[in-house]
Amino acid sequence: MIALLKRDLRLALRAGGGFGLGLAFFLIVVVLVPFGVGPDRDVLSPIAPGILWIGALLAALLSLDRIFALDFEDGSLALLATSPLPLEAAGLIKACAHWITTGLPLTLAAPLFGFLLLMTPEAYGYLLASLLIGTPALSMIGTFGAALTVGLRRGGLLLSLLVLPLYVPTLIFGAEAVRRGAAGLDASGALILQGGITAGCFAILPFATAAVLRINLR
Amino acid sequence: MSLWEYANPRLFMSWTRSVLPWTFGLAGVCLVVGLIWGFFFTPNDFRQGSTVKIIYLHVPAALMAINAWIMMLVASMIWVVRRHHVSALAARAAAPVGVVMTLIALWTGAVWGQPMWGTWWAWDPRLTSFLILFLFYLGYIALWEAIEDPDTAADLTSILCIVGSIFAILARYAVFFWNQGLHQGASLSLDAEKNVADVFYYPLLICIAGFVLLFVALVLMRTRTEIRVRRIRALQARGQHA
Repeated sequence: MIALLKRDLRLALRAGGGFGLGLAFFLIVVVLVPFGVGPDRDVLSPIAPGILWIGALLAALLSLDRIFALDFEDGSLALLATSPLPLEAAGLIKACAHWITTGLPLTLAAPLFGFLLLMTPEAYGYLLASLLIGTPALSMIGTFGAALTVGLRRGGLLLSLLVLPLYVPTLIFGAEAVRRGAAGLDASGALILQGGITAGCFAILPFATAAVLRINLR
Repeated sequence: MSLWEYANPRLFMSWTRSVLPWTFGLAGVCLVVGLIWGFFFTPNDFRQGSTVKIIYLHVPAALMAINAWIMMLVASMIWVVRRHHVSALAARAAAPVGVVMTLIALWTGAVWGQPMWGTWWAWDPRLTSFLILFLFYLGYIALWEAIEDPDTAADLTSILCIVGSIFAILARYAVFFWNQGLHQGASLSLDAEKNVADVFYYPLLICIAGFVLLFVALVLMRTRTEIRVRRIRALQARGQHA
C-alpha cells in the first residue's frame, strides 16, 4: 500500500503539470471572480467563502481523470487488480494520493486566496478547517467517478456531470461552515456533519470504486 | 411459479402485451376524469384563486419524479443481485420518464410560484433538491448512453444509481440545513391531522392514480422497446457471423 502511494505521488510530482496545475487553476478562478462581480469589498467579502469552495471543487475535478486513465491504458491497473492488494485498498490509496497532490495544497493555499478575495479575518480558521475536513471527501467521490468512466474514450465531460451532483452535500456544509464562521455564528454543527460525510465516503466508496473497476476491467 | 419467472423476457413480452393497453386506457381515464373534475368542478381557493388547480399536475408529477428514481434503485439492486436483464432495461426505461416528471414538477411549480410568491424560482430546499434530482437523472442517462457494451452499462449505471441515491438523500437533508423554505409542507400525509380539504383531495387522488398508471405504462412500453432493440442487435450479430 505504501509503495503504491509513493509511486502515485512520485508520478504526480514528476509527470509535470498535474501537481501545480490545480493550484494555478484555483488562483485563476480567484483572480477572475473580482473581474466578474466587481472589486467592491461589500460584494467580494461575503461571497469569498463560497468562491473559494467552488474553486477548490473545480480544481479537484480537473485532475480526476488522471487517477485511473494512465494506469488503465498501460495495463498497470489490471496488474493491480491481480496483485495480492485488494482493489478496495488500491482505490483508497489512489484517493489519498489525489488528495495529497490536490486537496492538501489547495487547503494550505486557500487562506492566501481568501486574502485576495478580501475575506473577513474571522473566517480563515473555519476555511482551513472545513477544507481540511471536506477535500478528502472530494477526492474519494472523484476517485469513484474516475473509476466509473475509466473505460470511456470521452469520459472527461461525463465525469464532471456524474461527480458534481455528488459533491453537493460536501459543498453545502463546507461553505456553510465558513459562512457561519465569518458571521461569528457557531459553525461546529456544519463541520461535524461534513466530517460525517467524509468518514462515510471513505467507509463506503472504496467498495463501490473496486466494484466499478472490476466491471471495467472485465 | 415464482414472481421471478415474469422477468423472463419472453414471458415479460407476452404478459405486457395484454396488460399494456389496459394500463394506458386506465391512465387516460383517470387523468381525464381527475383533471376535468379538478379544473372545472372544484372551487377556487380563498387566497390562491384559480392557481390552486396547478396542484393536480404539480403534486402527482413531483411524486412520480421521486418514485421513478426509487423504482430505478430497486430495479438496479435486482440487476446487481439477480442479474435479470429485464430489470436493468426497466431501470433504463424509467430514467427519461423520471426526467420529464421532474421537469413538469419544476415547471408547474414555477408557473404557480410567479403569481403566488412573486418569483419563478427561489433557492428553497424543496425546489433545490428537485433541481439536484434532475442533475442526478441527467448523469445517469448520460452514463447509459456513453457505454456501448450493454452489460457493462447496466452494471455501471446500477452502481451509480445506488451510490447516487445515498448522495441524493444526503443532498436533500443538507439543503434543508442550508436554507429555510418557502415551499409549504406536506399536505397529503396519511398520518397528518391537517391535509388539503376534501374537495381538492379526491380529484387529486385520481390524478395521482392516473400519473402512476401512466408511468407504469410508459415504463412497460419503453422496456418492451429496449427488449426488441436487444433482439434485433442479437439477430444482426448472428447474421454477421453466419
